[in-house]
Amino acid sequence: MRAEVLLAFLAMAAVSYGIRVAGFLAGGRMHEHPRLRAALDQLPAAILIALVVPLLARGGIAEWVAAAVVAGLAWFVDLLLVPLAAGVVAVVLLRGLI
Amino acid sequence: MAKVVTTGRSEVWSAFIAGAARCAPVALGVLAYGLVFGALAQQAGLSFGELAFMSAIVYSGSAQFVALGLWSVPPPVLALALATLLVNFRFFLMAATMGRVLQGWPLLRVLPALAWVTDENWAVTMAAGERRHWGAFFLGTGVVLYATWPTATLIGHALGSVVADPKRWGFDFAFVAVFLTLAVGLARRSRVPTVWIASGASAFLADRFLAGSPLGGSAPVLVGGLAGALVAALRAGHAR
Repeated sequence: MRAEVLLAFLAMAAVSYGIRVAGFLAGGRMHEHPRLRAALDQLPAAILIALVVPLLARGGIAEWVAAAVVAGLAWFVDLLLVPLAAGVVAVVLLRGLI
Repeated sequence: MAKVVTTGRSEVWSAFIAGAARCAPVALGVLAYGLVFGALAQQAGLSFGELAFMSAIVYSGSAQFVALGLWSVPPPVLALALATLLVNFRFFLMAATMGRVLQGWPLLRVLPALAWVTDENWAVTMAAGERRHWGAFFLGTGVVLYATWPTATLIGHALGSVVADPKRWGFDFAFVAVFLTLAVGLARRSRVPTVWIASGASAFLADRFLAGSPLGGSAPVLVGGLAGALVAALRAGHAR
């Protein structure tokens, strides 16, 4: 193993970990203010939606139809595997058709 | 007293197992992504040991992909560190929400646990909702992915270019399906459409207009997450 390569990875790891620790500490501070606390409470949903939207926007009709299948199933089935498996199967089939 | 401790232990253990079970389907998507990354890392000239070290300590798919894009020997350490900062800044927001999950934990236990905050298992943890021993549940989700990611990248490295296009098997869609399912689950429980619209719309715009920015793929998450949180803060002000 090359020392300079390991050093680069160590730097990346330190940055990546430092961000998480800083975020956690900032979150603790935010908890003390009612407004910031409300923001923090809705942050998970906001982040999840922000993760999904660009992925969907980059897709085409096959992906959108499959996403509708996933969202419909997810609304009624409280089990990750079902919408996940249905979505992956649907997208493969739809890509073959379209 | 001893009995109370034992009961507590088994409850913690079952929360841990529940987290691992809930995260297992997600691991399939991570596996596919890791195989592809490992093959690319092998082509970029990383040795097996170097890749093992990288996946185990950097432990972040998006930062690792970006690093390959910037790769040269000797590696540009400063550029790599900066790119990691920008690409992974979304972990700041995710870690900020971990206080409720790790409530009551001493800092010495919190600190190592934070290393396991990644998109997928953080999302599974949040979507599962507040529960007893939520922290143990989170560790369960984390251990599954921490076992999967480095292993998958190393298998990809060993297989090299044999690894096929993940699109062919619909694996690229697995992440869409996972995040969408978890978002729908959260949305069902707490209905705040203004927050979702703010977040979704600004993520879309950020994806359109900031895709070429140094934040790269992280821009929509940051902009969308902050926009949603801002709306939530404004709403809280009105309710008072």
